[in-house]
Amino acid sequence: MKLQDTVSNVAARLRKTSKTTILMHILAWGVSLIWLLPFLGVFMASIRPLSEILDGWWNFDVFNPTLRGYVGAWNHPTAPLNRALLNSLIVTIPSTFIPIFVAALGAYAFARFKFPTRDMLFFVLVLLQTIPQQMVIIPIFNTMISLGLWNNYIGLILVHTAFALPWQIFFLRNFFSALPVEIEEAARIDGASYFKIFYKIVLPLTLPALASLTALQFVWVWNDFFFAIVLISSPGMRLSTQAVAAMPGRLAIDWTVVSAASIMVMIVPIIVYVVLQRYYVRGLVAGAVKG
Amino acid sequence: MDLRQTKIPLFFLFPTILLLTLFVVFPVVNTVYISFLGEDDEFVGLQNYEEVFGQRNFWNPQNLLEGKTPPYGALIHNGIWIVLHLPLSLFFGLVLAILLRDIKGGAIIKSVVFLGMVIPMIVGGILLRFVYDNRAGILNEFLRIVGLGGLTRTWTAYPQTILLALILGTVWIWTGFSMIVYSAGLEGIPKELFEAAKIDGASRWRRFWRITVPMLRPATIIVITMTLLWELKIFDIVWVIQQGGPGGASMVMALMMFREAFLSRNFGTASAIATMLTILTFGFAAYMVYRMVKK
Repeated sequence: MKLQDTVSNVAARLRKTSKTTILMHILAWGVSLIWLLPFLGVFMASIRPLSEILDGWWNFDVFNPTLRGYVGAWNHPTAPLNRALLNSLIVTIPSTFIPIFVAALGAYAFARFKFPTRDMLFFVLVLLQTIPQQMVIIPIFNTMISLGLWNNYIGLILVHTAFALPWQIFFLRNFFSALPVEIEEAARIDGASYFKIFYKIVLPLTLPALASLTALQFVWVWNDFFFAIVLISSPGMRLSTQAVAAMPGRLAIDWTVVSAASIMVMIVPIIVYVVLQRYYVRGLVAGAVKG
Repeated sequence: MDLRQTKIPLFFLFPTILLLTLFVVFPVVNTVYISFLGEDDEFVGLQNYEEVFGQRNFWNPQNLLEGKTPPYGALIHNGIWIVLHLPLSLFFGLVLAILLRDIKGGAIIKSVVFLGMVIPMIVGGILLRFVYDNRAGILNEFLRIVGLGGLTRTWTAYPQTILLALILGTVWIWTGFSMIVYSAGLEGIPKELFEAAKIDGASRWRRFWRITVPMLRPATIIVITMTLLWELKIFDIVWVIQQGGPGGASMVMALMMFREAFLSRNFGTASAIATMLTILTFGFAAYMVYRMVKK
């Protein structure tokens, strides 16, 4: 009797646990479906003619897949993506690597040296992380015009570089501070210069942190719209976010073309994220505040 | 290593100081200065600020007080964004982080939920516009299926619904962030704590309130601060859907600043809006920055 009780008790608990587990799985996959639906919708819309989309992309009574959307977005009359994607790459690659190098130098100074005003400078730097883009854009706009760098990628790259420095230096300083100082001391005794120590010893040890910064900064610059729309104006120079934003009309939208364009523009940061996922998440969680 | 020197760190810091001074520090100071200038660059005191508050696009509490639908003005819209979006994305992020921790394939689902944070916000706006579309949008199809077919419409086309539609849409976009931060926070809680509590007979519920919630405090502070800053600065999504319309019903501060500066060419009022936006941001960020520096 007693044994039977225990057995049925355990069985009941097992049933209950597996029931909860099953419920949790259903809930979890349901959530992921909800989150995936907009992406799925835009993908289906990108490969179907407009008439089929207007009847619902989930409707497969008639299904004539087409690449018209991709071709249309690629050769769009006013916002061609073949140009805009290339433009985005031209801006994003230097805007990713230049600030990382500059920030690494600066962070090393904060982590390894004691100099007057260091702590105050660092405090200012942390504060600068929270400045909204809107707070700097008018003077930057004026400066770029007077320097002849408005509607010029160099101007945009400079702004992206400067805006990245506060959070990147903050991130890297913490990383450098955690590195053992002994190796650098030994190199110093062997007569290596400070700069040589920095790029021969410290930078290689920092590779995981640099991977985080690369992933985050690349995605941030590629996705940026605000700096681009103020600083770049010629139609031929527009970046891909500008091109996508220009495609939908106010009333009528050719969903096939707009969806194909959306896919092509967002696939780039998604690839970067998938490839560098571990570093991307680690960098983000490290608490980088970004304007 | 002789670390007490000035010349070497100055050499390392020189490019940083130059770039930050030119493109961040000087512009911030300059924007505050411009916000006190009139059309002919004469000093006008707080006149630009008064003018901004006089604009119905910025401050229009009348509709809200009378219980009417938006527009309420950009400042109030950002406030509503905070009141609705912050608790919702916090809640969903925490629930998903806990739910997906022990589930097979949880990592994949996390990546999917996080995608909203990876794509350009401009594209995020287009995805939302598509979801809310009258004929092509899946939301309306869902309403038809559950028998609410009478409600279907293009939710982003009407002043009555656009603000709410956008706010809920940005919950979809932003939940990935709070989920990821909470997931990292959960991993940092020692398993022994739960096991000890279990042995002491604490229920699942009690373990959640007494262990999980307090241990997640640092994560919560990060999520709240970052979310607040994001809500205050929201721009791209609003731009791509209706550019603040219809009739200003989706106007927000960052967008209004842009319009004042680069469409109306009124740098004074635009700078006033930017300055107010920054003061709000600073208020929320101050606590977080204080914690970061202390660490």
